Amino acid sequence: MTAITKKVEQKLLGLNGDEAVARAIKQCNVDFVAAFPITPQTIIVERFSEYVANGEVDTAFVCVESEHSALSACVGAAAVGARAFTATASQGLALMHEIVYIASSLRLPIVMAIVNRALSGPINIHCDHHDSMAERDACWIQFYCEDAQEAYDTTIQAFRIAEHPDILLPVMYMMDAFLISHTMQNVWVLPDEVVKEFVGYRKIPEVEIPFYGKVPFAMRPNVPLTLGPLDLFDYYYEHKMQQQAAMERAPDIIKKVHDEYAEISGRRYGDGMIVPYKVEDADIVLMCIGSTAGTARVAADLARQEGVKVGVLRIRSYRPFPAHQVRELLKGVKVVGVLDRCGPYGAIGGPLYVETCATLYHAKERPLLVDFIYGLGGRDMSVQDLRGIIAELVDVMRTESPEPTLRFRGVRE
Amino acid sequence: MSELKGWKEIPIAGIPFKPGTEYKTGSWRTFKPVLDDSKCVRCLLCFVYCPEGCITWNETENRVVIDYDFCKGCGICAAECPRQAIEMVLEAA
Ligand code: SF4
Ligand code: SF4
Repeated sequence: MTAITKKVEQKLLGLNGDEAVARAIKQCNVDFVAAFPITPQTIIVERFSEYVANGEVDTAFVCVESEHSALSACVGAAAVGARAFTATASQGLALMHEIVYIASSLRLPIVMAIVNRALSGPINIHCDHHDSMAERDACWIQFYCEDAQEAYDTTIQAFRIAEHPDILLPVMYMMDAFLISHTMQNVWVLPDEVVKEFVGYRKIPEVEIPFYGKVPFAMRPNVPLTLGPLDLFDYYYEHKMQQQAAMERAPDIIKKVHDEYAEISGRRYGDGMIVPYKVEDADIVLMCIGSTAGTARVAADLARQEGVKVGVLRIRSYRPFPAHQVRELLKGVKVVGVLDRCGPYGAIGGPLYVETCATLYHAKERPLLVDFIYGLGGRDMSVQDLRGIIAELVDVMRTESPEPTLRFRGVRE
Repeated sequence: MSELKGWKEIPIAGIPFKPGTEYKTGSWRTFKPVLDDSKCVRCLLCFVYCPEGCITWNETENRVVIDYDFCKGCGICAAECPRQAIEMVLEAA
């Protein structure tokens, strides 16, 4: 691996999240893109098809008739050894569901950008996290980005993580619909050659097949491999265990790639998995994912001016979940307000709350936990709303009672 | 069951220990397509329709060849051949 040790000159461009992703994909030596346009992901595909039409990339770009086909085509391309990318949102991801599991179980390092959009019905094009949360157990690495800059940076890191021989799992990374995908922001863009050097070309690892010995893990006519055959009670479980083992190895690789990228770009997102803000001395912590983190930091700072010690903990890597870091960082915190942009529907809370409860169960000292469901279908979450939440959490701290633990924010009675 | 291997010992991604090409699935066949070279006009419709991909055109000999290692005897080639050049013959027991 090339050691790039110093920061490099970067260009500052006005880009929205979708454009930032398309830019990064253009720089990442991607061999194959198959995608179907869906709001609010459309700009990614539009921009990228322009790069293809202008001859700015040599990527094979396939226009498919559905998202199921888009991810299926990526599976085929990745299986022959190509670096494959796709992007989708909402219903598109739901339509891919079958292939989402197939991609990870075939251990194909596909990278997919998701623009988080509410799932039908009723039909809605705005942000919440139902779509990607429905895929959280599919054994894909999942990142949630906070802004367009992070979407750009995460794209570049994703290929290195997915293709690492110790991982070989697909990566999906998320951006909040419109809040990130369509909001123009100053984005620092690395020079093409620096990104190309950082991601390199996809290296094909070897796999040991009893019949052949060591052969490349890619479909080659001269060394036929069979991918995706029937696998029953005698071996299915072992193959699932291998996926689990790869996921257990992922935190170290995620942090390592994040550190290396920070050295050239000068940008860090916590340790690459979790991003704390003023958590060390906090009594109250707001836990969240995605773009809400920025609003939460403003609300935390305002509360601090009034003498309430509030911090913010943003989960960047949802899979693997940074359980160890959550336990460490929340030591000494009295109350945690978990912000879930996804409904609970019969569960004890939204997915982030359930995950956090389970994570803290084995901690010696546990903070009181309250779940706030918010922002469904793109309902706004303002600084004022968050200040209201902080006021409730101050009450919880005073009364030492988190009841009710499940609260719905911003919904009309 | 002792010959079953553990998860650290087997190839990833559910790749079988030997490739599918090592399993001669032609043995599943009941009827065998037999091609009469004198009737065949090399239109290659049989090649297009064969679901097993086991019909090829041998360019040097200008002959249509069926790979009996993988032909399952479905009879689609015989049904599609516009010259009735393929006959389905019961395999010897
Ligand atoms: S379809 Fe019949 S005529 Fe055409 S190539 Fe096949 S065997 Fe020959
Ligand atoms: S019988 Fe079926 S499998 Fe065999 S060659 Fe004809 S079409 Fe192919």
